Amino acid sequence: MSFINYSAREINCKIVYYGPGLCGKTTNLQHIYKKVDPAAKGKLISLATETERTLFFDFMPLHLGEIRGFKVRLHLYTVPGQVFYDASRKLILKGADGIVFVADSQLERMESNIESLQNLEQNLGEQGLSLEKLPFVLQYNKRDLPNVVSVEDLQRALNSRTVPWYEATATTGVGVFETLKAIAKLVLQELKKKE
Amino acid sequence: MPPGGSNLIILDEDFKRINASLTRLNQEARGKAVFLIDKNGQLIASQGETAGLDTTSLASLTAGNIAATGGLAQILGEKEFSVLFHEGERDHLHISIVAQRVILVVIFDNRSSLGLVRLRVKKASEDLTRIFADILKKLEREAGKARALFTTQFAEITDEDIDNLFAKG
Repeated sequence: MSFINYSAREINCKIVYYGPGLCGKTTNLQHIYKKVDPAAKGKLISLATETERTLFFDFMPLHLGEIRGFKVRLHLYTVPGQVFYDASRKLILKGADGIVFVADSQLERMESNIESLQNLEQNLGEQGLSLEKLPFVLQYNKRDLPNVVSVEDLQRALNSRTVPWYEATATTGVGVFETLKAIAKLVLQELKKKE
Repeated sequence: MPPGGSNLIILDEDFKRINASLTRLNQEARGKAVFLIDKNGQLIASQGETAGLDTTSLASLTAGNIAATGGLAQILGEKEFSVLFHEGERDHLHISIVAQRVILVVIFDNRSSLGLVRLRVKKASEDLTRIFADILKKLEREAGKARALFTTQFAEITDEDIDNLFAKG
């Protein structure tokens, strides 16, 4: 649910990074925060535990610039990935304009990826939404690790909708901006369509 | 609000009414600053001493706060907790839900009091509820017109325009 302020000529869109625990959602945001011009970003807020596990959400506003006189601003959120934080995840999903699913490419995390994607589908369903209707992209993260599943297998397991997907290593920033750009584009295109 | 909701579109005249109402509230409650925030965490309007404040983060965290409290309410079988109060050493926060849709925040210090703020917030809530009822009515009635206005400007946007947004990054 984007918020369009005619008076300030601003478009605000909410993008949510979803995925299993420790897949790198917060790392994605941290990389974006590090690389973006200070004038274009607000504070990165992390509501995390002492061991840096996300407790409620991370949040970062990002000014993309202007198109045709409209200031475009993205609000980036991550959800807590751990299974038992489902109530928090549902809250953060509310009003999302676009979703990035960050998958952990490691073989032993495949089950968690699938479980988390099903959890996402279910939580969206409760709000009368679905991944078919929302701008949605996939990121296969941690490609630098030795025990990763092949992209073909990840595709088969997670991308039955054939949405755009990106390989990434969020710790070094590989693929992070490609993913962000793709979801921002889809969200803005959707806005055009809807209106 | 239906699940998923519709886009919130506020036109200039209503935005001015909202701001006038917030200014009045801030003066009458002897507040430092007042904010109106969408439940999704978008700042709609603010008045008062907002210069030194990170308003975007304030909006997002307030919405998170309301969402979490709403979750607690559900567990207890309540519809919502419509008022939250946070007391600090110097500044205090009064947070309330207006028209089940937006969040009204008043920041005040010891020049005012919780009683006064509550009283004035109640009055301002009625005012804002009317304004938002008008906005929603207008959206229904003039949804076509508002969309047309947006479409003419936004439909011209090309993929190249969107690419250009990222050219700097």
